[in-house]
Amino acid sequence: MENNKKSGAFKKFLYSQKTAPYVFVIPFILSFCIFWIYPLISTIIMSFQDIEPTATTFVGLDNYTKLLKDTAFHQAIRNSALYMFLTLVLLIPFPMLFAVLMDSRLVKAKGVWKAVLYIPALTSVVISGTLFRLMFSEYDTGFANQVLEFFNQSPIKWLKMYPTSYFALLVLCCWRWTGVNMLYFLSGLKSIDKSLYESADIDGATPWQKFWLVTFPLLKPTTVYVLTISVYAGLAMFLESFMLWAGNSSPNNIGLTIVGYLYKRGIEKNQLGYASAVGLVLLIIALAINMVQLLLNGTFKKEER
Amino acid sequence: MAKAYKEKKTIGGTKTKVLTVLSTGLFAVLCFLIAFPLLAGLVASFRPGTELIRKGLNVNLDISTMSLNNYVYLFGGNGGAEDSAKYFMWFKNSLFLTVVTVVLTLIICYFIAYGLTMYEYKLKNFLFFLVIATMMVPFEILMLPLYREIIALKLIDSMWGVILPGLCSASTIFFFRQYMTGLPKELLDAGRIDGATEYGICVKIMLPITKPAFASMAILSSMGAWNNMLWPMLVFRSAEKFTLPIGLNTLLTPYGNNYDVLIAGSMFSIVPVLIVFFAFQKYFIDGMTAGAVKG
Repeated sequence: MENNKKSGAFKKFLYSQKTAPYVFVIPFILSFCIFWIYPLISTIIMSFQDIEPTATTFVGLDNYTKLLKDTAFHQAIRNSALYMFLTLVLLIPFPMLFAVLMDSRLVKAKGVWKAVLYIPALTSVVISGTLFRLMFSEYDTGFANQVLEFFNQSPIKWLKMYPTSYFALLVLCCWRWTGVNMLYFLSGLKSIDKSLYESADIDGATPWQKFWLVTFPLLKPTTVYVLTISVYAGLAMFLESFMLWAGNSSPNNIGLTIVGYLYKRGIEKNQLGYASAVGLVLLIIALAINMVQLLLNGTFKKEER
Repeated sequence: MAKAYKEKKTIGGTKTKVLTVLSTGLFAVLCFLIAFPLLAGLVASFRPGTELIRKGLNVNLDISTMSLNNYVYLFGGNGGAEDSAKYFMWFKNSLFLTVVTVVLTLIICYFIAYGLTMYEYKLKNFLFFLVIATMMVPFEILMLPLYREIIALKLIDSMWGVILPGLCSASTIFFFRQYMTGLPKELLDAGRIDGATEYGICVKIMLPITKPAFASMAILSSMGAWNNMLWPMLVFRSAEKFTLPIGLNTLLTPYGNNYDVLIAGSMFSIVPVLIVFFAFQKYFIDGMTAGAVKG
């Protein structure tokens, strides 16, 4: 009897409107604690430690001071930063332009183009990376060298030197993401009120003016979104380089990225402490760039309103 | 006056026509460039794999040197039974992992998003802030401590080790929430008056009208799971558990003799993705671009 009453009360508690939302979000709270906060804190702690299979010792800032002198790490930061910068330059204006064109009445057979442009994003990086590695093969029978031959140039070892290695990496990246970014901008354009263009027409605005004075400012939320994810994706790029050079090593580290270095130290060499320090530097760089970017774009101001 | 107007109109018409041809042409060229590597790979898959590795990928449309040998081998003919069994084991693993991941992710993220949208309570905004916060740290940074954790939890080399960390996907929660804020909350009260419990309302009333969001997220997260490589590569250790991306990657060794399987298998692994894509293209775009509009 007593027991029954208790379970009844518990049932009532569980089914009440106050408890229900917490029941719904429990999985998130669990996952957040176990798979986010815990690893995040432990990677911060690990970055101050030297972790051997047998013993873990606290080494203070040693890992970080070592990073300051580690030329391979500097190379990785330079590579990732340059890669990020170039992807921003290539993968924001062009997809925006394509989206504006696609949204206009000038393009026929839109469905076909949109579908084809999106296909690269569906293919695994193993396949696309391998295809591009073989296209940029060092032999004169590879596609890239055949193109050079067509223009009477001698074949080059694309993936073994600067800056052609960068070129190959950027071609791969643009190939994969142009369509996706274009779709983002396209959906942003769909949310712009068409009557604004009509009033611009009445005021006699040229297409150029319409773009700069109506489209571009109203597309800003989408641009900020694409910019944010591109900064992260660019800085954290790893698999593209991993596949293009068929493994995590490239001649003179020309394809080494920050995450590639983290993988090399942490997984291949099992130096978890040192690799954690690499990861935290990456996190700080990524957060800093995005904060600056969001501040410049006035995103926070809008939310305070 | 009337004549002048007419003339202007025809000039404008020709100009528009030229621009139409130019912009449509631009997209045709762009799409050709985009499709080119895959088409070249497809053509190459009808020639011996060693030739591809030795000569690189190029355009050679000589039909006389093409054959279906690679595909016959991939499906177990020409003495390829062993390699074929391996390939389809990876294929099966990928399929199974994708289905389990998608089903669990969608159910759990739906409930979480429901809890974050349909009720008013103190911690609501804070919890949603935490969801957003998890998006601000790239996965690659948590990869090492997570790897250690998975070892400690004895989940290494198991499917659960791959699935669990990504189960509460922030972007999926975000999308569901976005969709649900547009639904009428009066339905909840109507359900309560009819005597349904909070959980009954969630499953029997709200879930059916959230179906379009489920469709979008199912497609998007199945693509992600099917192509996921970095994390499964760390967790899986035994070859009989590998998924397609990891398995195909192991065929890439410089001393390999499985290049026939590699090229035919790579091309064949795109097929299910393309089928799903063309069948559900509309949902795809909805799901993908949800974050970008309201951002």
